[in-house]
Amino acid sequence: MRRVAKISAACIATAALALTATACGGTSSDNESSGSSSDSGKKGGVKIGLAFDVGGRGDHSFNDSAARGADKAKKEFGGDLKELTAKTSDTEADREQRLSDLADAGYNPIIGVGYAYATSMTKVSAKYPKTTFGIVDSVVNAKNTDSIVFTEEQGSYLAGVAAALKTKKDHVGFIGGVDVPLIKKFEAGYVQGVKATNPKIKVDVQYLSHGSDTSGFASPDKGKEAAQGMLDKGADVVYSAAGSSGNGSIEAVAGTKGAWAIGVDSDQYNIPGLAKYKSSILTSVVKNVDIGVFDLIKSVKDGSPKTGTNTYALKDGGVSLATSGGYIDDIQAKLDAAKEQIASGKVKVKTTP
Amino acid sequence: MKTLISRGKSRIDKERLILAVAAPLLAIIAALVVTAVIIAATGKDPFAAFSDMVTYGSASDSQVYILNKATTYYLAGVAVAIGFRMNLFNIGVDGQYRLAAFVAAVLGGALTLPGWLSIPLIMLAAMATGALWSAIAGILKVTRGVSEVISTIMLNSIATAIIAYLLQPEQLGQLDDAGTLVSTKPLPKSSYFFTIDVGPAGQVWGFIVIAVLVGIAYWFVLGRTRFGFDLRTVGQSESAAAASGVSVKKMVATSMIISGAVAGLVGMPTLLNDSHQYDNSFPVGLGFTGIAIALLGRNHPVGIALGALLWGFLERTTNHLEFQGYDKEILGVIQGVIVLCVVIAYEVVRRYGLKRQQQRVGAELAAQAAAVRTDKQEVAG
Repeated sequence: MRRVAKISAACIATAALALTATACGGTSSDNESSGSSSDSGKKGGVKIGLAFDVGGRGDHSFNDSAARGADKAKKEFGGDLKELTAKTSDTEADREQRLSDLADAGYNPIIGVGYAYATSMTKVSAKYPKTTFGIVDSVVNAKNTDSIVFTEEQGSYLAGVAAALKTKKDHVGFIGGVDVPLIKKFEAGYVQGVKATNPKIKVDVQYLSHGSDTSGFASPDKGKEAAQGMLDKGADVVYSAAGSSGNGSIEAVAGTKGAWAIGVDSDQYNIPGLAKYKSSILTSVVKNVDIGVFDLIKSVKDGSPKTGTNTYALKDGGVSLATSGGYIDDIQAKLDAAKEQIASGKVKVKTTP
Repeated sequence: MKTLISRGKSRIDKERLILAVAAPLLAIIAALVVTAVIIAATGKDPFAAFSDMVTYGSASDSQVYILNKATTYYLAGVAVAIGFRMNLFNIGVDGQYRLAAFVAAVLGGALTLPGWLSIPLIMLAAMATGALWSAIAGILKVTRGVSEVISTIMLNSIATAIIAYLLQPEQLGQLDDAGTLVSTKPLPKSSYFFTIDVGPAGQVWGFIVIAVLVGIAYWFVLGRTRFGFDLRTVGQSESAAAASGVSVKKMVATSMIISGAVAGLVGMPTLLNDSHQYDNSFPVGLGFTGIAIALLGRNHPVGIALGALLWGFLERTTNHLEFQGYDKEILGVIQGVIVLCVVIAYEVVRRYGLKRQQQRVGAELAAQAAAVRTDKQEVAG
């Protein structure tokens, strides 16, 4: 029993020590030498902080699109661009740290690329009221935050129309990265577009990972396997909304004669890393994250930061169908008609399948 | 003869102490050297990196982060260690804690009881879920001989799928304003676990108290009870345990269930102290972190705590290294190197100790034999 008492005393002492050590000493922001965040926008150039989602720069897709916007802003306004990337093992604390680190170092604006940053940004934006934050694909209700959202379902609807017009076997496929609500918007629009054009066409839907397992956004091998499975079953147009996993799916489609891939987020026909497969990329549902990101940076630079929810819709070019390669030129008239119907509100695209 | 043995024993004890300190020391030095070489190979200054890690890691808000992270890691480490002591490889801690956290979050969101009642209920629900989930693997092992490694890996995937199915707007989930994040119904404020406010540095999660209690219970049950003795015996030799009247099957199933129950607690600090809901951003992979930490801590309650703190420190500081322009992959490299170094160092030290012991025993036996021989010669002469 004496030993138990001794050990518990030691435990309590250690815990107490740890807590006292915690209570005193400066925080890491005191240690940072950089100045406050408020003055960064004025003196030459902008200090842009970019917190990427899993995959980061180089995913040829969603993150790259945001990176393009930031690159463009850096080129035009000069200044500094700092990029940090999420890991799959991240917790809220890691995301908070990433955003706080950027805020502490005086970056302004700070942009969280992806809905995963919603909760952490709510907390961090309250702590740094003088810094402007931006979040892509989610809504954060804070005075100093710009919520950049897109109508993915509308762009995907057009992709569905294009797929329905191009398929020869009346069989198309959809590959989603993770079965989260955001990606379901892509699925809903795509399926609706296909069915509106030709209700007899069969649509295969597959998600690469589920729920909290976000690996489906960053596993080209899984994308390749899923696409190969669909092609083997007879699909000849495959649309993937799966981050960098889409690269694998495009690779698989390129290996099958007569099959088409539909890209996502960036105009994947023009991505150098996918140049080998570009003759198989029918079109891409371009989500102009770069425009949203650029707009925000510009607004900060001009001294009137954008805030609130800014929806980038089909009718104002927030989402669009890429025409690079000219493979959809022959059906452009029908696509324009569909676009017109959505813009006028005649066709309402669903956001859930 | 008697004095020889007792003298030998005291010497072994002193040596064992030195050896016990040598292993972690060796591991840390080796890990530092390897990491330094790797950082230098990427064209950066390793000493600047280390000094940044120490400065940043010792800031007060970093300490809070490390303590909070370590709370979760400690529970994961203990859950895995319980299996390890039995020679059971519970890879399923990952699925067990996620399913447990999900069930607990759903229950917690539905409960409108006062906190003193709902918090224990939420925790019990989590432990029960974890225990049930691991019991599947335990029962499969004792009745059908299915390897727990295989079954728990599969149960992890099944847990992921079950959560993904139930966490949908039309099932048990609800969509946020932007329509991009689906979560369970948030816990009412009354079900929040207490936190210790330490000023600008942030808040230390109150769940750290539970983690300490779990650590004490783990130490007590394993080292001070008959059950713990049986468990360790089975872990060291099943046949010996069976011969001394321990039911091996019962022990396997029980320890699997206890491991699962502790695993059920792994998600609780996050749920009760931080997120207050289960959504797609709930941390994944903690079960695997737990394996590394249990290895690092040699399944010892204090060792696991040190391992958990070290892990928290590394994550905190390497996140900042990325900010300073070092490659973000450095964290994985350092963690891998440390685990490898620890495993290798302990093995090296163990073998060295064994060799020393053999040499000594051999020398003593030789001296004895020589003494006997001289006696005989004297008698003969």
